[in-house]
Amino acid sequence: MSSTLTLNAGAAPVFYDNGDHHPQQGTLLGFWLYLMSDCLVFAVLFAVYAVLGRSYAAGPTGAELFELPVVALNTALLLFSSITYGFAMIAMQHGKKNAVLAWLAITGLLGLGFLSLEITEFAHLIHEGAGPQRSAFLSAFFTLVGTHGLHVAFGTIWLVTLMAQVRKHGLIAANKRRLVCLSMFWHFLDVVWIGVFTFVYLMGVLP
Amino acid sequence: MSDHAHDHHDDSGYHATVKGYVVGFLLSMLLTAIPFWLVMGSVLPSPRVTAFVVLAFAAVQMVVHMVYFLHMNAKAEGGWSLLALVFTAGLVVIMLAGSIWVMYHLNTNMMPMAAEAMRNMP
Repeated sequence: MSSTLTLNAGAAPVFYDNGDHHPQQGTLLGFWLYLMSDCLVFAVLFAVYAVLGRSYAAGPTGAELFELPVVALNTALLLFSSITYGFAMIAMQHGKKNAVLAWLAITGLLGLGFLSLEITEFAHLIHEGAGPQRSAFLSAFFTLVGTHGLHVAFGTIWLVTLMAQVRKHGLIAANKRRLVCLSMFWHFLDVVWIGVFTFVYLMGVLP
Repeated sequence: MSDHAHDHHDDSGYHATVKGYVVGFLLSMLLTAIPFWLVMGSVLPSPRVTAFVVLAFAAVQMVVHMVYFLHMNAKAEGGWSLLALVFTAGLVVIMLAGSIWVMYHLNTNMMPMAAEAMRNMP
């Protein structure tokens, strides 16, 4: 071991990695990997719901509880928030700071609308005695849908934080990177919601 | 990453267009509206068929979101993000299909229990 150390003693060290080839978008790839791990979290919750979703314990069923018009409205809100966030990204590419802020504000309001509808729905269910402790079906339902809602809530907090950052520092490279990360997060939540409204709500009301 | 002098590439990998978002949005609207209509209007005679059709629509819509909103393609991040996505999708399929398969058979292979015995469970 000491022989390898002393072999080049005195010579200038040679670095083979001089930093030329580091990935340009390390942050974005890293954030994508985080989203993929988050995807696995949701997959586990979906699997739990798939197993327990019909275990009503003589309690209320999905067909009795779910109000599809409300779910459709929720879905529309999330879908609209996806495209408004997309417009914010396009405004960002053109360097229009105020347009970015405006589109982000609209996206945030749509996110808040989604959250308030979902909280109303949860409160209504619990008030009716269909809380998470009622049956395995409702436990799985509240865990899955609640985890998604929690993600949307944190996404909204992140969005407000970024609006303050953009307002203060403008569209600097760091803020652009953050905006791209949040856009991936936001669109990813919409993809998860496709699974939720299809698998939980639409298939839940089928006999 | 901004220490690279070329300013144009500091947010590369993200070249969104209005057209892309609008096309994705319209496709999503369509792919969302049809399943809701199928279920709320009880259009198809069999619930089993409806479930499969609705699931198929969801799968297509997920791909639409990936392509038009998340800008997923083979070139993004030198292909690594697509590789991670394919790997994750494989894991998800194994996890979902495996759980449903195992738990379904577990349920059918359980010893039948009378309602009386069920009530006296600890």
